[in-house]
Amino acid sequence: MNVVLSAEDISRALTRISHEILERNHGSTNVAILGIPTRGAHLALRVAEIMAKIEGTNIPCGTLDITLHRDDLRLRPPRAIMPTLIPQSGIEGRDVVLIDDVLFSGRTIRSALDALGEVGRPKTVQLAVLVDRGHRELPIKADFVGKNLPSSLDQSVRVSLTEIDGRDEVVIESRKQP
Amino acid sequence: MKHLLSIADLNLQEAIGILDTATELSRINDGQIKKLPTLRGRTVVNLFAEDSTRTRISFEAAAKRLSADVINFSAKGSSISKGESLKDTAMTLQAMGADAVVIRHSASGAAQRLADNQWMSGAVINAGDGTHEHPSQALLDAFTIRKHLGKGSSDLQGLHVAIVGDILHSRVARSNVLLLALLGAKVTLVAPPTLLPIGIKKWPCAVSYDFDSVLPYVDAVMMLRVQQERMTELFFPNAREYSRYYGLNAERMRTLKPAALIMHPGPMNRGLEISAEVADSARSVITEQVSNGVSVRMAILYVLLAGSSLDVGSF
Repeated sequence: MNVVLSAEDISRALTRISHEILERNHGSTNVAILGIPTRGAHLALRVAEIMAKIEGTNIPCGTLDITLHRDDLRLRPPRAIMPTLIPQSGIEGRDVVLIDDVLFSGRTIRSALDALGEVGRPKTVQLAVLVDRGHRELPIKADFVGKNLPSSLDQSVRVSLTEIDGRDEVVIESRKQP
Repeated sequence: MKHLLSIADLNLQEAIGILDTATELSRINDGQIKKLPTLRGRTVVNLFAEDSTRTRISFEAAAKRLSADVINFSAKGSSISKGESLKDTAMTLQAMGADAVVIRHSASGAAQRLADNQWMSGAVINAGDGTHEHPSQALLDAFTIRKHLGKGSSDLQGLHVAIVGDILHSRVARSNVLLLALLGAKVTLVAPPTLLPIGIKKWPCAVSYDFDSVLPYVDAVMMLRVQQERMTELFFPNAREYSRYYGLNAERMRTLKPAALIMHPGPMNRGLEISAEVADSARSVITEQVSNGVSVRMAILYVLLAGSSLDVGSF
């Protein structure tokens, strides 16, 4: 087990991502943040909070559950559905920033794009992730990355967040041999 | 979970899993999205060998919102009316590639029989079998109660529900007693002795013959339809007397707690077990039960059909 991001590292990465989102979108007026449950939703709240502090205004922030749009539903037992909470202002014509903890195959993000299409038509969709571990299976790329983490397929990347796991930390470990 | 045949087969975790899934799906139903791709390419057959409006339409709407293909099949106008057996009907459905069969049948145990035999490989969902069970109705009733009175908790601990009327012929009552008890609610059945089934003492609930003594203490009162089509004997002297002792009218409604819910699984006999004034009152959640039914049935289809059929798990 190897700690690759400490609590301070995560906090710094989220602050930088928040600044980058504001820079890219020339401020926050048209931005809406959507986190992908479970951990992405908490990261989205943190990023929205940081952006609100910088800009001095509220940032629309919500969650987007992708369970019903997954392409691997039939390969596993049914999963619990998480809440989808779209901000009051909606996403129509907005610059939507999707936030997730780990970018891996890209399939979650593909499902998220499908789910988003059901809700409305944003002006742009951008992607922010805490960790990009590579091994993409689809042509998907993140716009804002906390840390690029080259990993091997037999390793697993585990993100812990205070809200769920009691502490902030990203570790990489060898997958247990079956 | 492979089938949904009876509430008795569910454990607490599975029941709450279905209710929680329904909660998220109802939020989607309230929003602008009415269609989800989740069950694309799956076929759901509604096999209704007994009349139904709500349940059939509700299952059809639920399956369609999840993008499943729906085939409706009712006894009238099908080969069942020519005397085809359940086995042959099931094998026909199997040959057509049904992933799930929603069955309503006048014989108790019909759904169980369909599931136990190897006539077909799909999931079986009991939509009412004789006087046995109607699990999806119980789930939507529990969902409705939890939504109004659950105060954010996942079960129904501390709530008291009265189920009133024709318990003897009611599959809704049996499913509801089992589910409400599983979720921690207290249940009191209210009916004349002639309309209580044999062995009622073994059910996890209390029994009363006196409606008025129960009403002031309950959080929800569920009125059951007097099932005249199943009544081959005389169970009460006449409709007026039944209505006087066991009907919910405006006067009785006033003795309820202020937040108590009035429920009815439908179809109603207005003027018999429930007066029109009560059925249309602000406390009645009867039409809301119908809309919640769609979300709950979507959740049932999701839990049974969305995952892999080889590795069937629960939440």
